[in-house]
Amino acid sequence: MSAWTTVCHVEDLLPERGAAALVGDQQVAVFRLEDDEVVAVQQRDPFSGANVLSRGIVGSAGEAVTLASPMYKQVWDLRTGACLDAAGKEPQDLRTFDVVVDADGRVRVAG
Amino acid sequence: MSLTSPGRVLVVGAGMVAHHLVEQLVARSPEGEWQLTVLGKEDAAPYDRVHLSEFFTGRDGSALTLSGTPWLDPRVQLRTGDPVRSIDRDARTVTTRSGRVEAYDHLVLATGSWAWTPRTEGTDLPGVFTYRTLGDVEALRDWVARRTEELGRPLAGAVVGGGVLGLEAAAALQTLGTSATVVEFADRLMNVQLDDGGGEALRVLVTGLGMDVRTSTGATRLGAADDGAVATMDLSDGSSVPADVVVFSTGVRPRDRVARESGLAIGERGGVVVGPTCRTSDPSIWAVGECASFEGECTGLVAPGNAMADVVVDQLLGGSATYRPAADGTKLKGVGVDAASFGDVFALTPGALEVMFADPVAQTYRKLVVSDDARTLLGGVFVGDTSLYSSLRPMLGRPLGADPSAFLAPEGGAPAPGPDLPDDVVVCSCSNVSAGTVRAAVTEHGCTSVGEVKTCTRAGTVCGSCVPLLTKIVSSTLESAGVTVSNAMCEHFAMPRAELFALVRRDGLRTFTQVVEAHGTGRGCAVCKPAVASMLSSTNAGHVLEREHAALQDTNDHVLANMQKDGTYSVVPRVRGGEITPEKLVVLGRVAAEFGLATRITGAQRIAMFGARIDQLPAIWRRLVDAGFESGQAYGKSLRAVKSCVGQAWCRFGVQDSASMAVRLELRYRGLRSPHKFKVGVSGCARECAEARGKDVGVIATEKGWNVYVGGNGGFTPRHAELLAEDLDDDRLVQVIDRFLAHYIQSADRVQRTAPWVAEYPGGLAELRRVVVDDARGLGAELDAVMAEHVAQYTDEWRATLDDPEKLRQFVSFVNAPDTPDPDLVYAPVRGQVRPARAGDDVADRSPVVARTLEVRS
Repeated sequence: MSAWTTVCHVEDLLPERGAAALVGDQQVAVFRLEDDEVVAVQQRDPFSGANVLSRGIVGSAGEAVTLASPMYKQVWDLRTGACLDAAGKEPQDLRTFDVVVDADGRVRVAG
Repeated sequence: MSLTSPGRVLVVGAGMVAHHLVEQLVARSPEGEWQLTVLGKEDAAPYDRVHLSEFFTGRDGSALTLSGTPWLDPRVQLRTGDPVRSIDRDARTVTTRSGRVEAYDHLVLATGSWAWTPRTEGTDLPGVFTYRTLGDVEALRDWVARRTEELGRPLAGAVVGGGVLGLEAAAALQTLGTSATVVEFADRLMNVQLDDGGGEALRVLVTGLGMDVRTSTGATRLGAADDGAVATMDLSDGSSVPADVVVFSTGVRPRDRVARESGLAIGERGGVVVGPTCRTSDPSIWAVGECASFEGECTGLVAPGNAMADVVVDQLLGGSATYRPAADGTKLKGVGVDAASFGDVFALTPGALEVMFADPVAQTYRKLVVSDDARTLLGGVFVGDTSLYSSLRPMLGRPLGADPSAFLAPEGGAPAPGPDLPDDVVVCSCSNVSAGTVRAAVTEHGCTSVGEVKTCTRAGTVCGSCVPLLTKIVSSTLESAGVTVSNAMCEHFAMPRAELFALVRRDGLRTFTQVVEAHGTGRGCAVCKPAVASMLSSTNAGHVLEREHAALQDTNDHVLANMQKDGTYSVVPRVRGGEITPEKLVVLGRVAAEFGLATRITGAQRIAMFGARIDQLPAIWRRLVDAGFESGQAYGKSLRAVKSCVGQAWCRFGVQDSASMAVRLELRYRGLRSPHKFKVGVSGCARECAEARGKDVGVIATEKGWNVYVGGNGGFTPRHAELLAEDLDDDRLVQVIDRFLAHYIQSADRVQRTAPWVAEYPGGLAELRRVVVDDARGLGAELDAVMAEHVAQYTDEWRATLDDPEKLRQFVSFVNAPDTPDPDLVYAPVRGQVRPARAGDDVADRSPVVARTLEVRS
């Protein structure tokens, strides 16, 4: 079973913008979506190796909620981690993390 | 159709061609029951040798990694670091250096080449290298670092061989901080690919990069220093040059020893003899790539090797494909100057005509070789400007369709061939993809973008030089297939940027939510969000980090700094017109030293500081703002800087006060958001020391006032700015630039720089002049008002950010550990400063302040 780490309050997150969090020794990018759903993926951008994904732009592609890497603009489905646009490279998916927002608005990430 | 199973396939050599072969076999026979083993000499898995020089500029060797997918197939085995020592053709086995014996049904030799070095005295001295493998470049880098430390000064570097690779090696030496002398035995650089005129043009360009070019001379002896390492190089012209590091790039020879010893037929000039099926003299042995001799010739390029690998895969699967050499072309890369050629460079075809255009001012040389009736294209040479290379090379051997000189004219010439190329023309020679295959990717495989076509066909994924042509073909195929080539910005907005901008202004929209509700769908993306953010900024809807705007910004605009490769940022305060006081210089030095930032003078006459972590940005900027600095918008699609010469104030030749005008313009347009970044230059006389015509807006002083030029720069498609208006007084100059910029911002496409905007302006420059200078359409007053409002509303983004605790909240490393910096950030010393550490660095530290003081161990 994975442990849950409280990383912040949902109000600490800007809508449709990410924040980096430490879950154990793992770097996680946490995003608050438009409807206050919170999702999390790995912070490391697999294409550049830099820990920057929390600083990408959140958007949509059809029904999917997407994240674009701030480094080389690859795009992923934020909920599944699937690489939607590898920008000409070999697609690499992201690891996703389970997130719950409890009744008090605390954002907890499974690590 | 059932495919033959090739059984046990053994590939000797683990280079790019072997990689391609495995990739193709896996792709073409996903279910086949075969086993394939690749045996490699080098320790590394196959890597991108074509881009070897990027080792010096990339993050580490992993930048050269080829797709790892083929090695994941359970039928494929890769054994590196264990070269094959012998082949027993009777037993159908090979034996490796470690003693391993591998049996085969089919053996494919892909052993490539080795770097040949002349038997010059001293080639065995420490500090002498070849330039072929990852091991070579690693050893070269380590030597330069260690020797620089030992000698306590920058090294003198020398490269023997002025071919494509030699020039790449010389550029790599310069990247490593050494000087570079290039010694070439022939009378010109790239003597295999360039004619006399091209070689001479290239010499001028390369010399301009600081290389010392010595042609018609050879290295006769290398001399040692007291400690035994190489120190000097004697030349056949009697001179001697200092040489603390020497790279030999004197050609390659096919690696055919094992084949030779096993009794296979070997070509006169080396290489394993193969026929059109790529079989050797033993029917169960094949040879591909540089080790194969086809019709007496060995290739030195990856494209024919890949084509041979395709043939072997097809044959192994029971097909009947044969190899036919395609026309070679060569393009210099990674050196900082452009040179390329293809086909019959020296016009050796009987009756061939040469049409050339040399422009010593623009430093370009272009030549086309055509048949005696001037209709058929036989070859081309391009130095300084290779934009014609990718579009004309596929036309080799075909009708040119226009007078050859029309292609070479400096401007307004015949349009380069584009979307209507015949199906069988090879567009991408690296991956051997024809125009027909590209079209089929669209019409049969449903690709709707260049990116999808690249993934589907592999076209444009190796050297990338064909991408402009690829783009034209994809667009026109989409169009004729009835797929509307949308000029939509993205899936969220169905109109181009200029149209949306007009709607935003008309309706007075203030937020992205309003804009998308009124004119779009969905929640936006990385394309439309920053574009809308820029429009909202241009219409003065508030600070870029206001709550509703913050989520729209690209990370650069979001944290008001420019993201670097390791995820840290650069800090570039405004230094208007390139003027800075001594006191402010001291502040920059103090701040950089304290935070361990690497400093650098930029091309725009500013000082950039590198390596600031996101959590450090507010503290750094607090110090800078307190000292009177403001944001330089080096991160934004906005005015970057106004470059100037010192002008009349000091210069003996200046005819106007260019520095004061530069400061006036920079203060006027600072912070102005635009479709793309733009730069301005002001020169105080016609000598043009500010290089103003290389800017989006260039101002050059005359005796009577100012001339203004527009549409220069253009990024990777360079362009000189063109004259818009002459002899303007100060105020009129400002008015003309105001109107030009306001008109550009309102009507350009997303991320369109001024160069293509001016080039594609309906009615051309004459019409732009009528609108902007003569106000023929009556837009002047409105454009003036837009700019007046911008000037009145300007605030420094960084000061506003520091004054607002809400905006400062995002500048943390981790939301739940704001005091823990990203633990993966590590720095290595380089020339007394730091850079992000790479795999293989001797010393490194998480603190840049510590890292810059470390000594590189020898």
